[in-house]
Amino acid sequence: MSELPDLIVAPDRITAVRYAGASGDFNPIHVDDDIAQAVGLPGRIMHGLWTMAQIARAAQQAGDGPLALRRLQVKFRGPALPGDELTVTGKVGEAEAGEGTVRVALEVRQAGKRIVRDADADVAP
Amino acid sequence: MTWGPVTYAVGREKVREYATAVGETSPLCHDVDAARAAGYADVVAPPMFAAVYKAGAIGAALTDPEIGMDFARMVHGAQEFSWGEPVVAGDEVTTEAELLRVDERGGLRFFEFETRSVNQRGESTCVGRWTNIVR
Repeated sequence: MSELPDLIVAPDRITAVRYAGASGDFNPIHVDDDIAQAVGLPGRIMHGLWTMAQIARAAQQAGDGPLALRRLQVKFRGPALPGDELTVTGKVGEAEAGEGTVRVALEVRQAGKRIVRDADADVAP
Repeated sequence: MTWGPVTYAVGREKVREYATAVGETSPLCHDVDAARAAGYADVVAPPMFAAVYKAGAIGAALTDPEIGMDFARMVHGAQEFSWGEPVVAGDEVTTEAELLRVDERGGLRFFEFETRSVNQRGESTCVGRWTNIVR
């Protein structure tokens, strides 16, 4: 197993707004603190699919750019929050027989919590 | 149950805007000349752009009154994408969504959907598996 370089990204208070505009997902829990708190969240949270895009960027380091990513699976354990640095770590495993890809195991930590674990990707090296 | 098909027209500036929003800096996603030099017709969508062109079909599924999703109690539990043909600006991607199963475990309801997307040539661009959990 070889380790990928950590991908470190610090979502700020504008990051989720920019992602909402780019993706069209304006669910208010991602852009409005009052509404997020009204449904029991600590405040507005990052989109899960934004977080998954960071995992995708980390995984594709095992290949040559964004098109190297063939498959990505994640289980969300908790939301990413604006403000704290987020770290995606990855380990490259064995080549998948007959597929021409390598398997990459990934997880995401923020403020000491593992918010995604057991993510895995197939990447064309 | 199925939803769609919903067709999404991929725009060059939308690809750039999305790439910027997720921190993707590859010239393939921003620079038309770089994309063409690499053999693509136009800027290339980052893989997770699939979430954007699939949004119409999965959104129709999640908001269908027959599904009866309680959004205040819903969390995005898991997600898987498997990619096929690259998507470039100018493509038209058509997506259908299907409910695969509903399970009850430990007082939680798990909804699993599949989305299948094809480009204007009928080639698969991405298959998605969406797991939404209602507390």
